[in-house]
Amino acid sequence: MAKKEVDDRFKKFGTVSFTAITKTNDFISHLEDGKIMGTKCKECEAVYFPPRSDCFKCLNSNMEWFEVTGTGKLLSFSELQYGPVGFEKDLPYIIAILDYGFHKVFGRISDDIPYDGLKVGMELQTVPNTLSNGQLNYVFKQP
Amino acid sequence: MGKVGIIGVGQSKFVRGFAGSIRELAFEGFKEALVDAKIQTKDIDASIIASAPEYDKQRSSAGVVAEYLGLIPQPTFYIETVCSSSSTALKVAYSMIKAGLHDVVAIVGFQKMSEISSNESQERMGRGADIQWESPFGTMMPAYYAMYAQAHMAKYGTTGEDLAKIRVKAATYGQINDKAVYRKPVTMDMFTDPKSNMSSPVAKPLRVGDCCANADGSSCVIVASEERAKSLCDKPVWILGIGAASETVNMAGRDLFTGLNVGIEAGRQAYKMAGITSKDIDIAEVHDCFTIAEMMAYENLGFAKTGEGKDLIAGKETYKEGSIPVNVDGGLLSKGHPIGATGGSQIRTIVLQLRGEAGEMQVKDPELGLVHNIGGVGLYGNVTIMGR
Repeated sequence: MAKKEVDDRFKKFGTVSFTAITKTNDFISHLEDGKIMGTKCKECEAVYFPPRSDCFKCLNSNMEWFEVTGTGKLLSFSELQYGPVGFEKDLPYIIAILDYGFHKVFGRISDDIPYDGLKVGMELQTVPNTLSNGQLNYVFKQP
Repeated sequence: MGKVGIIGVGQSKFVRGFAGSIRELAFEGFKEALVDAKIQTKDIDASIIASAPEYDKQRSSAGVVAEYLGLIPQPTFYIETVCSSSSTALKVAYSMIKAGLHDVVAIVGFQKMSEISSNESQERMGRGADIQWESPFGTMMPAYYAMYAQAHMAKYGTTGEDLAKIRVKAATYGQINDKAVYRKPVTMDMFTDPKSNMSSPVAKPLRVGDCCANADGSSCVIVASEERAKSLCDKPVWILGIGAASETVNMAGRDLFTGLNVGIEAGRQAYKMAGITSKDIDIAEVHDCFTIAEMMAYENLGFAKTGEGKDLIAGKETYKEGSIPVNVDGGLLSKGHPIGATGGSQIRTIVLQLRGEAGEMQVKDPELGLVHNIGGVGLYGNVTIMGR
């Protein structure tokens, strides 16, 4: 009997992924294609980032993908001097949140921007990134 | 429907590396509350056990703890909202009594942070957020609160010096609280001295000195119906207002980064239920897991206007002699933060203050006290208002 195929694409997300199976696994394929994608409910047009497979507003699961493009405003950031297990080699690194107006994106600042080069309110863009261990995430860069 | 009164409070010493098991730790807080209430175990007709289960090796700890405390065969169950678990349990106990199902309920909160190795602990901390979308970026508790500090600094001009003043206050009272884990003084100079650990960055802009002290500990609050409280206790403290709220786990779902929505909403509900405003509060315990958390609590609870928390601490208004004393037991920063025990310990402090039994930490004649207990990074929030 053929072995059942398991779609565990999400285990590629981030330095350490804690999730393997999700209905939003296509996010990883889009990331591999160079796109950061959120979801939008086809019924009520609610926009979700991070993407969801179910709309809590109208209870539909009829979603479509939209691409995060342009720049967002830096709302806040912090540089970590200590990290959880598995993140030691990344240290120090900066986590941050961008405001795109109709949704926000939480992620990391690109390694080429130092902590002192950041200012709340500055415009940054979200781009796909391959980590040194081969895993995928996305980072915020200067446009 | 009658009121609900607190008839007994207790807590263990908060320590590093408690030399005993979780049930033995829970016993210490429970025994003190039982002695304080001058009742016997058989007088308690239900118990609620609160902790954060990821630190426990024991699965479903409620049964094991209740058995050890002699609370079998009365019903027992477990409540968890991370750092606000025991104040959530208080709300549930209040509801059970109000519903007429029970007359006397014990809330036992505990946490043995040292139950697991520091490596295991670090691993669990990595899963403290949304594990699908945020933890893969390497998030940590201090970094999330640091983002709130960064946003508060950018918007209101708050500085590291302002935050350090909150830590200095906490240490002032930690020194006189014999239950506190951190008993040493902290001075403003330490935050500018590169040789002091206090100035060492953890998650910029927060430093070691901005972070609370990990500890093992337990707490217990015993509540009773009005009738039972009056018959069992000379000085019951009444629960006058309870508010609770929740927030998105994911930062991308939030609209406020300079305050905690759960603190604002839970406070609003509690003030409304008690029929009072922030000006009526004589003493407060707020969730100072980080200095910035206390600063935001001043503003979210209405002790200071938004953005003016720094003026409140600069004027020493939250010291014992000030207009609104806050965390005069050392707070989470110095007393320590054993997750599941913290809310109960905050309640205990306010109850002792309202009864005039807080010793060296006693504030002059308070009538109304408030407890603000937050779970996660503003994920859950409970505000409880009590009076004599």
